Amino acid sequence: MYTYSEFDSAFVAERNRQFRAQVERRIDGSLTEDEFKPLRLMNGLYLQLHAYMLRVAIPYGTLNSRQMRQLAMIAERWDKGYGHFTTRQNIQFNWPNLANVPDILEALAKVEMHSIQTSGNTIRNVTADHFAGAAADEVADPRPVAELIRQWSTDHPEFQFLPRKFKVGVTGSPNDRAVTASHDIGLRIIERNGEIGYRVLVGGGLGRTPMIGKVLADFLPEADLLPYIEAVVSVWNLLGRRDNKFKSRIKITVHEHGIDEIRTRVEKHFAIIKPSFAGIDQQMLAAIRADFAAPAFLTASETPYTHARQHDPVFRSWADTNLSEHRVPGYAIVSISLKAHGKTPGDASAHQMRLMAELAERYGHDELRISHEQNVILPHVHKSFVPSVFAALRAAGLGTANIGLISDIIACPGMDYCALATARSIPIAQQIATRFDELKLEYEIGEMKIKISGCINACGHHHVGHIGILGLDRAGVENYQITLGGDHRTDARLGDRTGPGFAADEIVPAIERIVYAYLDLRTAPSETFLAAYQRLGLAPFKAALYKTEAQAYAAE
Amino acid sequence: MSREFTPKVITANALIEGDVVYFTAHDTWSRALQDADVLTDEADAALRLLIAEARNDEVVGAYLAEMKPGADGPDPVHFREEFRRTGPSNLFHGKQADIASRA
Ligand code: HEM
Ligand code: SF4
Repeated sequence: MYTYSEFDSAFVAERNRQFRAQVERRIDGSLTEDEFKPLRLMNGLYLQLHAYMLRVAIPYGTLNSRQMRQLAMIAERWDKGYGHFTTRQNIQFNWPNLANVPDILEALAKVEMHSIQTSGNTIRNVTADHFAGAAADEVADPRPVAELIRQWSTDHPEFQFLPRKFKVGVTGSPNDRAVTASHDIGLRIIERNGEIGYRVLVGGGLGRTPMIGKVLADFLPEADLLPYIEAVVSVWNLLGRRDNKFKSRIKITVHEHGIDEIRTRVEKHFAIIKPSFAGIDQQMLAAIRADFAAPAFLTASETPYTHARQHDPVFRSWADTNLSEHRVPGYAIVSISLKAHGKTPGDASAHQMRLMAELAERYGHDELRISHEQNVILPHVHKSFVPSVFAALRAAGLGTANIGLISDIIACPGMDYCALATARSIPIAQQIATRFDELKLEYEIGEMKIKISGCINACGHHHVGHIGILGLDRAGVENYQITLGGDHRTDARLGDRTGPGFAADEIVPAIERIVYAYLDLRTAPSETFLAAYQRLGLAPFKAALYKTEAQAYAAE
Repeated sequence: MSREFTPKVITANALIEGDVVYFTAHDTWSRALQDADVLTDEADAALRLLIAEARNDEVVGAYLAEMKPGADGPDPVHFREEFRRTGPSNLFHGKQADIASRA
């Protein structure tokens, strides 16, 4: 794992010292809120509905047991004993007191963590595939380049007052698990004729005007990456619409100017700045790579695993859903579900965080990952340890066998916490998960991604959910709009709106109608919901969804 | 004709704790909606809001929230204000818990 250099530590310490003084000046009245707000946002501190919220970056979703334990300590000491993991691979604390935030930041710095650039019009926390370094299908580990981008972008003088926020996502696998197509820049590491390079996507984004990223460079040689993305950000920094917040993201710039013109401008600027890079970025990348060297993998018998599979059906069912193929024989990637039926998606208690840290340390080469799907991953577990890991998880309420199933729902904080929300998201997720658990239909339904946002900002990725749910305020009442057929993977696609929305107490039955329609329409259990949707289109699902209403009207 | 002015209270978030507070008739901040000064006159409301906003070193983001008369003082018109006076619905945290622990 990457460890801070002296420069990194000194930089974070200095930033924390500055922020401590700023908080003091705010509390003693020498700074007004208008003056203080941009300063607190630079440190990831928001004011939400009921309290402050501190957003802490987990760069490319990677952390070790020491860091996870420190998050648990912070949750217990300064919050209400839990934290919320988000789609941006951050953790959010929902209840800190302003006066304590400088101490929290100091506690984070002790384990090489911070909140810098988790907010504001800067280049945000770089996200990556949560199976990075472990996935069997990986071309290269995306984290070294994500770390390089983090170092380059942190406090980059040219990019502190961008037209708007700027998000970069990286995948090193042809099966995109990092939703790169929904990022301002999406990077896909690819191999061509034995050479590693990047496919660069630009102008993806969700929010009020969702767009799928377009290919800017089909194959960019490795050494060109940093000057090339610097050129992209520079071109947007000049062209981006500062006059209108809703048109400021690069997706709109690309839309207004066209991908070809953007490419021409980027290439022109790239040619100018490329010579100034002089290879230092490549030396840095090589050094960072060494930090991400693979752990010393074990060779051992898999008998405990095969034995448990044979004799324990509960274990087998969990292993079938929550394990993924590791690149090293004998190893598995363990996904820990933070989606126990009826619980808040993405929440983990301090006790659960400590247990996950302990398991990572004992059985997982001290590595943990946070997925954008709001789950925690133990990326490197030898199969012989998997039964012990499962037993410990189960005892702590972390043994839910539902990864990729209908109850593995992404939900943003919504109106339960978020000041921008137009409706709640969490209770809808809780009700859907509880309902399908009662119906005992989860396994029969198979792969299904439900994603819920509490307003058009789309933090819950609803546009790319197989079933997307968007909470709105219709004349003072919560109302939920459904989209179908979204896909977050390599060939990303935005979902189609079905029609009028549903009240809070109608949304679960509405989802049920869609699911029953799918079960009727699929050619075989192997045809997933998304595949059936792609074959049939919106019409039959729409008919099922609005059936009861149409019948009710007809009866009038 | 201009629309009739509906009753409002002044609400904000406390500077240090960040929790929801309401402006009382005595120019103090209370954690309980029942204690809020209910404003029924538009000009008076605008003036009171200026006074509340000047208390910038105690609170953040003061604004007028619409209310209707309820059994126990004002009741929020909009569900957002209902959540603000209660706390989140997924966990028993925030005001609902504070009230329970005081009772
Ligand atoms: C609770 C405080 C939050 C605030 C104030 C907030 C604000 C916003 C805003 C304004 C946008 C729209 C940006 C645009 O379209 O230009 C947005 C998008 C987004 N946010 Fe949040 N958000 C919050 C929480 C979260 C959480 C908890 C997550 C992760 C679960 C998240 C992840 C995202 C993502 C993935 C997008 C869409 C991607 C994009 O186009 O940028 N946000 N957020
Ligand atoms: S989608 Fe809206 S409600 Fe949900 S977290 Fe983002 S800004 Fe808040």
